Amino acid sequence: MVFRTRRLAGASVAVAAATALVAGCATGSGGSTSGADGNTLTLWTHNAGNSAELDVVKKIIKDFNGSQSKYKVKLQAFPQSDYNNSVVAAASARKLPCLLDVDGPNVPSWAWGGYLAPIDVSGSEVPLSDQLPSTVGRYKDKVYGFGFYDVSLAFFARKSVLNEYDIRIPTMDKPWTRTEFDAALAKLKKSGKFKYPLEMGTGGTGEWWSYAYSPQLQSFGGDLVNRDGYKTASGTLDGKKAAEWATWFRSLVAKGYMSKKSGADPNKDFLAGKSAIQWDGSWNATKNADKLGDDLAIIPPVDFGNGPKIGGASWQWAMSSTCSNKDGAQAWLKFSRQTKYFVDYAKATGTLPGTEAAAKQIDGYQPGGKYNVLVQFARKYAEVRPVTPAYPYISTEFEKAAQDILSGADPKNALGQAAKDIDNNLKTNNYNAG
Amino acid sequence: MIAALERLRPVRRTRTTNARRRESLTAVGMATPAVVLLIVFLVVPVALAFALAFTDARLISPTPARFVGLRNFTQLFEDPVFYKSLRNTAYFAAVVVPLQAGLALVLALLVNARVRGVNFFRTVYFLPVVTSMVVVSLLWTFLYRQDGLVNHVISALTLGHVDGPDWLGNPDTAMPAIILMSVWQGVGFHMIIWLAGLQTIPAELYEAADLDGATRWHRFRHVTWPGLRATRTFVLVTITIAAFSLFTQIRVMTQGGPLDSTTTVVYQAVRTGYDQQQTAYAAAISLIFFVLVLTVSLVQRFLTREKD
Repeated sequence: MVFRTRRLAGASVAVAAATALVAGCATGSGGSTSGADGNTLTLWTHNAGNSAELDVVKKIIKDFNGSQSKYKVKLQAFPQSDYNNSVVAAASARKLPCLLDVDGPNVPSWAWGGYLAPIDVSGSEVPLSDQLPSTVGRYKDKVYGFGFYDVSLAFFARKSVLNEYDIRIPTMDKPWTRTEFDAALAKLKKSGKFKYPLEMGTGGTGEWWSYAYSPQLQSFGGDLVNRDGYKTASGTLDGKKAAEWATWFRSLVAKGYMSKKSGADPNKDFLAGKSAIQWDGSWNATKNADKLGDDLAIIPPVDFGNGPKIGGASWQWAMSSTCSNKDGAQAWLKFSRQTKYFVDYAKATGTLPGTEAAAKQIDGYQPGGKYNVLVQFARKYAEVRPVTPAYPYISTEFEKAAQDILSGADPKNALGQAAKDIDNNLKTNNYNAG
Repeated sequence: MIAALERLRPVRRTRTTNARRRESLTAVGMATPAVVLLIVFLVVPVALAFALAFTDARLISPTPARFVGLRNFTQLFEDPVFYKSLRNTAYFAAVVVPLQAGLALVLALLVNARVRGVNFFRTVYFLPVVTSMVVVSLLWTFLYRQDGLVNHVISALTLGHVDGPDWLGNPDTAMPAIILMSVWQGVGFHMIIWLAGLQTIPAELYEAADLDGATRWHRFRHVTWPGLRATRTFVLVTITIAAFSLFTQIRVMTQGGPLDSTTTVVYQAVRTGYDQQQTAYAAAISLIFFVLVLTVSLVQRFLTREKD
């Protein structure tokens, strides 16, 4: 028995040693446990595989490293699909890099979770006040991130088609009203030329649902959550106005105006003439204009009673709270805030430049340019997604409710269940802590 | 336990203790990597899931997890989606287990024949198994579309009289569509297992049966079926567990919809844990799933036990 115990003890020591060795390797090889190794800072981006945008990031890093001799920034790029998981995993292991980019609606969640530190970029070439409001990530009155660009939602249509069916082409001064929009869809449907006259990308999944359809809910007068304190969704997400939106949304499918689940590439279907009106992002504006030329109409969102609405915020840059060289990180962030980089980003990605000064330098986006109207949409209609750490949860609940509604669920019940779940989440997670 | 091990080990009394010690050291050395991996990737996560189910842990949170007792479970039992998940999982298992096991046995009997070209058919039936489930799911998503191949075939066969439904978009057809695809994908694997079982049955038994003038049915009933006893248990248990953990198809093809008609327990756990960042709540769902699978497996083990 004694012999056996000793053997067991020996084995345990061996196991413990092996474990320690593995753990030791893990901490030893990284060397940058706090995101910086002296004055060399690590930077994470979600752009691996998106060479156009990644090249701009590389260029800023190269310019920065060359502009002074104190700090060095080192790039590490991730594919977008794995990026958020990598950040969450790194944060749990307290191994976040000093600099990282973050999707706009996640800023409050990550700030609340203690991943991000507030930043101070005063004194940089471009002041924050020059930016599109939706490109600055704030939480509890502090700035945690800023982006170089935003995107916008819009309706795309062919002027020739709208004229053929005697449908008014709306402007920002006089957007479509709900009655007008419904009448237009009815006319198009009746023509028999379009199986589904309206294309809103219902085949998509994930954040697209909240990004694309919650602005319409807001335009009806509802919202995802009561923004006064972010304590409850009941009464807002399942209120009378929200139910009106849901009923309308469902009617699009019921009346055959819109497919319950659109094809793999909605934009292709629109360009092929399968649908007459497409609700899509500004990222397709250039592609559409290349194909349709002057026939392309870029149309503001419908005013369902509470003004036209679109979502705001895209990818932004931030600094981690565990960064051991915050001065260096701030220096990079400040350095990057030059108009020429705003221009480079927007050109490389086909997005809306974050400042007016940059817009002036980009063909088509300058005042009077054919895409300038998209910048104005972002300036006038953008509503940031609820600024609460609960947003990722709220978004998944909304997505499910909206999908259920299109599948024929009772609008009031579907929204009621979502509101109940969100309330429960807000209550049990005590988001005001931290 | 130790006494039992002692009995298993064929130790010769004449051996020296030294040799024995060296032997056991080798044994420990060889077992260590597997044991370490098992502990790190199986025991620790399972223990963690058990513990987390009683806390309010989240994927992203500034505050450490607190003990909240049974709150996650009470919340779970009030959640209508959870009951739908349970029901769908049970429905899937109840259809897939007999269907897939039965079909696999029929295929195995067919390809067990000694004719030319039988290897070709074995390969054909096994092909879907080696293809990734994600790829298969994507492929079938296209087949099942309203204007997809399946509906084109239906339309052609009925000379345009029947318009197929939107298979995955209709709450009534979504689950059956997924069941059909899953059986198609998994049947080859169990066919191979049945086949292995069939080939362990001694040929003399069949010869004896032939001499006795047994019909095909009698041969199957009294020789093949009893000979497959061990294989049967294995197939039953593996299909059941695989059926309960239905996830990939749902994630890729329907995301639990439409109207929760295809949500399953594992899908709900993953959605809650990752998409919604509710780690503790997902742990509670997993815990219930664990208990469920354990119970069913134990019942099956009991029913298929050696009765002598």
